Amino acid sequence: MFIGIAPVGLHGSRSRNPQGKVAELRQELNSGGKKDKNYSAKKIALKKIVANMTMSNNDMVALFPDVIECMNLPSLEIKKMCFLFLVNYSRMKPEVALKALPILVDDMGDNNPLVRALALRTISYVHVREFVEATSQPLTRLMQDNDPYVRKTAAFCVAKLYEHDKKMVENSDLIDRLNRMLKDENPTVVSSVLASLVDIWGRSESISLTIDYVSASKLVSILPDCSEWGQTYILEALMSYVPQDTAEALLLAERVAPRLSHQNSAVVLTSCRVILYLMNYIAGEKHITSLCKKLSPPLVTLLSKPPEVQYLALRNAILILQKRPEVLRNDIRVFFCNYNDPIYVKVTKLELMFMLTTKENISVVLAELREYATEIDVHFVRKAVRAIGKLAIKIESSAKQCINTLLELVDAKIPYIVQEATVVIRNIFRKYPNQYESIISHVIRNIDDLDEPEAKAAVIWIIGQYADRIDNSDGLLQDYLATFHDETVEVQLALLTATVKLFIQRPTKGQQLVPQVLKWCTEETDDPDLRDRGYMYWRLLSTDPATAKQVVMGQKPPITAESEKLDPRTLEELCLNVGTLATVYLKPIHQVFRAARPRRLLPSPALQQSRTESSSDTGSMLEYNPPSATMASASTSNSGLATITTTGVPVTPINAPPPPHLPVGPGPNASSTGPTNMNEAAHAADAYFSGIGSQQMASLDLDGSGGGGAPQTQYVVTQNQQQVYQPQLAGGAATGELLLL
Amino acid sequence: MPNMQSGRCTSFFILPGGVDPPHPCFRSSLQLHDSTSTMLSGILVFNQKGENLIFRAFRSDCRPRLADIFRIQVISNPQVRSPILTLGSTTFSHVKHENIYLVAVTKSNANAALVFEFLYRLIMLGKSYFGKFDEEAVKNNFVLIYELLDEILDFGYPQNTDPDTLKMYITTEGVKSAITNNPTDSSRITQQATGAQSWRRADIKYRKNEAFVDVIEDVNLLMSATGTVLRADVNGQIVMRAYLSGTPECKFGLNDRLLLDPGESSSGGRGNDSGLGTSRATRAAAGSVTLEDCQFHQCVKLGRFDADRIISFVPPDGEFELMRYRATENVNLPFKVHPIVREIGTTKVEYSVAIKANYSSKLFATNVVIRIPTPLNTAKTTERTSQGRAKYEPEQNNIVWKIARFSGQSEFVLNAEATLTSMTHQKAWSRPPLSLSFSLLMFTSSGLLVRYLKVFEKGNYSSVKWVRYMTRAGSYEIRF
Repeated sequence: MFIGIAPVGLHGSRSRNPQGKVAELRQELNSGGKKDKNYSAKKIALKKIVANMTMSNNDMVALFPDVIECMNLPSLEIKKMCFLFLVNYSRMKPEVALKALPILVDDMGDNNPLVRALALRTISYVHVREFVEATSQPLTRLMQDNDPYVRKTAAFCVAKLYEHDKKMVENSDLIDRLNRMLKDENPTVVSSVLASLVDIWGRSESISLTIDYVSASKLVSILPDCSEWGQTYILEALMSYVPQDTAEALLLAERVAPRLSHQNSAVVLTSCRVILYLMNYIAGEKHITSLCKKLSPPLVTLLSKPPEVQYLALRNAILILQKRPEVLRNDIRVFFCNYNDPIYVKVTKLELMFMLTTKENISVVLAELREYATEIDVHFVRKAVRAIGKLAIKIESSAKQCINTLLELVDAKIPYIVQEATVVIRNIFRKYPNQYESIISHVIRNIDDLDEPEAKAAVIWIIGQYADRIDNSDGLLQDYLATFHDETVEVQLALLTATVKLFIQRPTKGQQLVPQVLKWCTEETDDPDLRDRGYMYWRLLSTDPATAKQVVMGQKPPITAESEKLDPRTLEELCLNVGTLATVYLKPIHQVFRAARPRRLLPSPALQQSRTESSSDTGSMLEYNPPSATMASASTSNSGLATITTTGVPVTPINAPPPPHLPVGPGPNASSTGPTNMNEAAHAADAYFSGIGSQQMASLDLDGSGGGGAPQTQYVVTQNQQQVYQPQLAGGAATGELLLL
Repeated sequence: MPNMQSGRCTSFFILPGGVDPPHPCFRSSLQLHDSTSTMLSGILVFNQKGENLIFRAFRSDCRPRLADIFRIQVISNPQVRSPILTLGSTTFSHVKHENIYLVAVTKSNANAALVFEFLYRLIMLGKSYFGKFDEEAVKNNFVLIYELLDEILDFGYPQNTDPDTLKMYITTEGVKSAITNNPTDSSRITQQATGAQSWRRADIKYRKNEAFVDVIEDVNLLMSATGTVLRADVNGQIVMRAYLSGTPECKFGLNDRLLLDPGESSSGGRGNDSGLGTSRATRAAAGSVTLEDCQFHQCVKLGRFDADRIISFVPPDGEFELMRYRATENVNLPFKVHPIVREIGTTKVEYSVAIKANYSSKLFATNVVIRIPTPLNTAKTTERTSQGRAKYEPEQNNIVWKIARFSGQSEFVLNAEATLTSMTHQKAWSRPPLSLSFSLLMFTSSGLLVRYLKVFEKGNYSSVKWVRYMTRAGSYEIRF
């Protein structure tokens, strides 16, 4: 671990104890006196103090009073350093910080705009009540300052005060004033005001942000005059504009599109977000296709940026591809991995390659994946092998080709490749029963190399499933059973099922194994799953072998390779957040960021219904519409551009965050039947369980029922009696098979 | 350095999304609430040892102990494979540059593109101020870095980051900022920092007005072991050094196919990538280039380019990157490489690598370096070359073949042999690709040419313009 580090002075200091050092710096700070005209001694001392702020573990806080003494010296350089010190330490010593307050208030009236802005910026960083209270008065003045730099700083200051004290800001007219500043002639000020408003909106339940078309259009028109960051703020704010008309949405999207050529990837990705959002309100395939075409090249171009930005672009490509498959119709080769790409880029490229593979390009992709499988990074190699297996499942006509590639890899005998390949081949057998069994021998040949539970379980599944075609299947199973008690539960479960399958398919060979395994699973294990499954098989075999065969060797539910697809709701939400951190995780946003404000597509006459949307979704949205609509119309009148409104009374949250599922229409009925159904079910269950005792006793009589079955049952009958009978489990016996996969 | 109590960190994980208890002095009326801000909460800089050099919080949710958490979870954790780490409600996004880590702390679902773009801008600023932005530069410039951070981030929102403007009022040690104490000068700075042309001062004067344009292309190649081109494309960059007086309006013309042949540009033109192969090839022969995509400096009027593909701008003073572009068609590959690699038993590998220059004999490439991978258990090598020098670099597992000057149409051969030591655990050699680096002047792989650069200024002065072309190896890899 890390060893404590001696505080580092500016100019290669000797190590001293903190008190000595503080005293030394204090002396240095107070030296010079009147001879020091340019305060150069003080400057040097302050520089050392600032340098030690981070590195010396807060020893410097002892110098707080001395630093405040310097604050009023007529040198901007000194002032800046003192302010830095103040911001850093005010929370530790609020009572000392208070002495700086009059100086800051004074500086906010300075005739140098840089000083006014600096003082305002500094005072609003200090999380001490007196500072916050002292800010609001001068702030209203500085919001109308004649210098745009000061106005811009004032705009952000409102959001800062809101962070310190929500109530104070809501009870003042600051938000209204901020709103009015949207009419400012300076684009930088406007974008700062918007950023501030969006920031406040993001942290408040009682505030709504609405932008109408005229305002949105004005905002887009000032985009070219804003700094790259300002453009990003405006684009983010545009997400609060809800198009009422498909032509409006189209026009706006086309006006935003030139931003896709900006050098700053934040501008590019945020533009993508806005355009994708507006597309939800645009009718007509032709327009959509043309917009999609514009999105594609910039996304690919981001791949020539630094790796972190590439990563982000690729993650977003995965997302956008699911929503609008027409966007990335590029040549798949742009996503091929470079040897020197960082691992996170490589793995993401691999995922994209999998998604973009079609019948037409699969040969190229397989050759590429085969190449990756020889690389050094084990994790990446495994992913590549897994991708080959998944492609076999995704593209049926090329399955044979994929399998051949896999077998070539298996022949290289690299243990982790063999293990991974075994797992995916099991899945291929699952997907295409009775088609590729000729390769079983190939897989079995490497059985001794497998040491990972997942791979072992896979090969055991294969042995069990094809027990009748593998000559020495019982021998193979026996080898594994020898170490049964040392295996993980995953492998034990697989062994149990495989042994039962062997018994059903080749009773003569399995008859010795099954009783043994059932005994282990029911008597010598602590794992409830294993015990449950053991009893379930036992009961099944002892009551009705014919049914047992049907259940154990029955048809399995099909598997697909598309399991990673996002559900429509999450997809919609993430598409409204293109370029954000959530797109890196590709998970529902509240799962990763609990405090994030949820975003939903808001209804309007122009909203195009997507196929994926469920009817209950749209119902709840219509319900939600009226309050927000009235808020908008009531407030747009008093300000030029966007509007932000506070509803003063906190007791009645008029505009609480959108309830995603308000019961509409049949809702009340459904919700009332829900609980009653539950109650009924509970009663039924109680009644059932109360009567079960006698049934249980009856069914325990194994010897009596044994004669009815086929000759096989006699092997089971010799076992000890079961203690518990669970009819529910037996009913869902097919799930035993599912658990395996 | 604070000693790390593991208990403090554990509680952090148990309470994901939780907030720190409000500070004592504030409990009375002000409380910290769940922050859902999407901007930066703080910027941290670490050295490789994990010492926290810079810690600047912009929001109250960025607590000092976060530095410990980043150090433990990222710097001293060799398993870290991602530039983004989210723990509870806190996300650390980091970039490594030279020997320092630059870290942005965000809460909630931040705009990740903005975060990384900002971190890279910070690196650029650091380089612009200190020449090299490393641990030493940070330690020598604590005050300046804190001052810069205070200026370029307000409440975690990036502000003007143009080095030109910033240098007007945030100055390096020794350089006195005489103007900043004077209110009128100050308002000139503030106008500049918030103006529509924040990247350019108004009062620039040159005796001789000059502009230098560098077209720099990185050509990427990925060739399979069988000699088929898997991928070949060009990432181009146009760097300009403008030494022009006043407020010059520049117009810049390339042999862009969509500009020269507007017949096809109707539907935005970009990215229609199918079915035009033959007609495009003939056009390329006729001297125009298809640009797959372009990205421009803040100064370029994007609306204008989108409408009629005219590149017009008022340039910043001095050096800047005017645009980047991508081309994927008719890529001229400057070098053809034919490697023959034979593994003889488990003790020897034989190489025969031929490389041919595929450009006009009037041109020559410089600093051609061919890296030929050798197995990890190589004991010694022997090399013979028809040109240049070859050397085995054991730490890189490469034979490095250097040819200082490589004239067009010539062909050189390397023959080498690597003797291997026997290993107890025999694992197949992963055969990484052979790679090339070079630079070649007066050649563009895409065929791009600058047609004109016009400067309009109300002073109506004449200006001299220079254009240079260079092609470098991007990722130029040949498998064998």
